[in-house]
Amino acid sequence: MAIAKQAARQAAVWGVAAVAGLWTAVSSGAVWAAAGRPTNWGMGLQDAASPTAQAIHDLHNILLWVITLITLFVLGLLIYVVIRFNAKSNPTPSRTTHNTLIEVLWTGIPVLILVLLAIPSFKLLYFADSIEDADLTIKATGRQWYWVYEIPEQEYKGQKIGGFEFESRIKSPSELGPDDIRQLSVDVPLNLPVSAKIRVLITSSADGVLHNFAMPSLGLKLDAVPGRLNETWTLINPEYQGTRFFGQCSELCGKDHAYMPIEIRAVDDEKFLDWAAKSKAEYAEVADISVNLAAVSN
Amino acid sequence: MAYADSAHGHEDHHNHTPGFFVRWFLSTNHKDIGTLYLVFSVIAALIGGGFSMWMRTELMHPGVSTMTLADGAPDGHLWNVVVTAHGLIMVFFVVMPALIGGFGNWIVPMMIGAPDMAFPRMNNISFWLLVPAFLLLLGSAVVGGGAGTGWTIYPPLSAAGPGGHANMAVDMAIFALHLAGASSILGAVNFITTIFNMRAPGMTLHRMPLFVWSMLVTAFLLLLAVPVLGGAITMLLTDRNFGTSFFSPAGGGDPILFQHLFWFFGHPEVYIMILPAFGIVSHVISTFSRKPVFGYLAMAYAMVAIGFVGFIVWAHHMYTVGLDVNTRAYFTAATMVIAVPTGVKIFSWIATMWGGSITFETPMLWAIGFIFLFTLGGVTGVVLANAGVDLSLHDTYYVVAHFHYVLSLGALFGIFCGMYYWLGKMSGRQYPEWAGKIHFWTTFIGVNVIFFPQHFLGLQGMPRRIIDYAPEFAGWNYVSSMGAFMTGLSSLFFIGMLIWTLAKGRRVGDNYWGEGATTLEWTVSSPPPFHTFEEQPTIKEEQAH
Repeated sequence: MAIAKQAARQAAVWGVAAVAGLWTAVSSGAVWAAAGRPTNWGMGLQDAASPTAQAIHDLHNILLWVITLITLFVLGLLIYVVIRFNAKSNPTPSRTTHNTLIEVLWTGIPVLILVLLAIPSFKLLYFADSIEDADLTIKATGRQWYWVYEIPEQEYKGQKIGGFEFESRIKSPSELGPDDIRQLSVDVPLNLPVSAKIRVLITSSADGVLHNFAMPSLGLKLDAVPGRLNETWTLINPEYQGTRFFGQCSELCGKDHAYMPIEIRAVDDEKFLDWAAKSKAEYAEVADISVNLAAVSN
Repeated sequence: MAYADSAHGHEDHHNHTPGFFVRWFLSTNHKDIGTLYLVFSVIAALIGGGFSMWMRTELMHPGVSTMTLADGAPDGHLWNVVVTAHGLIMVFFVVMPALIGGFGNWIVPMMIGAPDMAFPRMNNISFWLLVPAFLLLLGSAVVGGGAGTGWTIYPPLSAAGPGGHANMAVDMAIFALHLAGASSILGAVNFITTIFNMRAPGMTLHRMPLFVWSMLVTAFLLLLAVPVLGGAITMLLTDRNFGTSFFSPAGGGDPILFQHLFWFFGHPEVYIMILPAFGIVSHVISTFSRKPVFGYLAMAYAMVAIGFVGFIVWAHHMYTVGLDVNTRAYFTAATMVIAVPTGVKIFSWIATMWGGSITFETPMLWAIGFIFLFTLGGVTGVVLANAGVDLSLHDTYYVVAHFHYVLSLGALFGIFCGMYYWLGKMSGRQYPEWAGKIHFWTTFIGVNVIFFPQHFLGLQGMPRRIIDYAPEFAGWNYVSSMGAFMTGLSSLFFIGMLIWTLAKGRRVGDNYWGEGATTLEWTVSSPPPFHTFEEQPTIKEEQAH
């Protein structure tokens, strides 16, 4: 009996130690995660680079504590029961089948825990939903199998920008540079300014299929649906200026679903305006040609 | 003996067992039909499991190695086809036939003291609809390049328009689901009628064994949910072939409507797969603890509650489609509620063991494994229930890990639990205990090595359903594949052991588990006579459930 108890205690201690270690690894993003990209053997969320992503981290960390403790509690009970009430330790089974108090407790306490969890959960949900006063609006359209980014005509930091769109496609293995990531780097990344409230509009081509615009480090994930214009928002924290963010299409969209990544470069306002001006010159011209071609073919 | 008057494998001259063809192809006997379902499920599992081995082989290293076109380029469509076939086979042709058609048919009539199901001929057609359904589904994986839509068959990808599936593959998948759905609905009608009308005298609803309760709730879920799937895929069929545009925005339709309909079926469907496992685990825990089930009524009504709430949480599969924020708030709250009745079940199982005199035969190992792994899969469900956190986790490997913990490790552990528990009853021969234990431990370790690291991949942002991934995801994918191969070997070992047992296993008596096993099936011989309970048993006292 004493030996069984000691073994139980030891098993419990080792279990707690193992899970605590695992938990630390999963929750401490700083050790494992890099900004904007996954890390090999990484165990936690990617670095949070936007207020929404930070809020997701915070709630996830709370949830991780709660679910870890619940799982450990159940595991502990199972280990205790197995050791204390096996046929050798307890040859005569009891006939107990009811205990009103404990049944009320194990219904009531979970309800309480869930109500407590719901409060931060709703806060995050409404915070992440949308904003009224965006500094900048961009639009991403999913196509089979690449993304089209549009910067509509608008005023940003006192300058008129936008009025162009461009395609962004995966880099083939032969095009990869030393800083690129296979499967994640694109030929023309989207540039976005840090510290700006950015409204993100997402849709799919009218005759297309579903896609999903996802950027883990920014806490963005929204379906691209034909015939619908979905809206969300983000703000890249200033310390991530210069970071390249990688994401992938996250809704099955056909044969090249794995080959339509999303790449965003976070830049300062000056560089962004510069990029916008250059891009307008480059892509608006292309757009004009297509308009002319359309006119010719008519 | 609790049930003194029950029939007892006697009067062999009443057993006019028909000849081979009539017995197995025109069967109206619940035990034979149950056996057919189980054999069907094992065959389908080998195919569906084969697909998963192929997928894990492909994902073992970054880059595409096995699923390539003639010129060596990656064949993303083939990948999608394999993913689709794996999902549909496992859901409709492995888990449901094993738990509902197999154990349900075999055990429910015996547990309630009925001679057979209420509609034996309908029972037969329920099974035989499944065979053409399965052939159509396999056809849908090869005809015209195959259906690469995922098991969720979302339009527009599953529609006939540009970028979708113009050929017959998706139509065949739809017909496969039509037939499998008809099979399920007929089966559900049969179970409900049987359980309501054919219980032995004295067996009130509140004395009914928990496995029967679980099948009753499951049958109601099937009856209410499957017709909605039938409607949705029929609308998809007419969109594809007859010019309607229910789901096509170009014609005023809405692709999101399909998702609502699909998940109105799809979410109850996941409880359809797990509730019978709940029932089995309750009996096994009680048997090997030598104690009646703790909190019987709470256990039964927790299943009813899970079934009910299962119908009002469907849009938690659709948090990212662009639902209104208040809608998402509602579905977050409703989804979290499910944790309460599920928690009641987990704690009641532990309380059943508490104070017991537990032995650890193979079925008990699967049951304890089930409790722990289902808890693990359940708590990640609480994480995913939060629409805000889902912004990071939706459609990543975290979701894959979650639903495989509750299904691959929940429903499947339930199936193995029932298999080891009732194999001797069904066949009259007992598996070798050492082999059962080897199978349990290798599977237990194997599936955890597959699926636990997938949580990390999901947190790191790896999307599901991709044929190739960035080198940054390589480490855990390799580990996961190793676990898959271990599980695959373990499953082959199980098949071998099963065949050996059926041919040469030790013969067993009526009640080979001893005083802990108290339900009516333990009062008849092993295997039971062709017709059980020719003399109606009477339930005299409220006994262990």
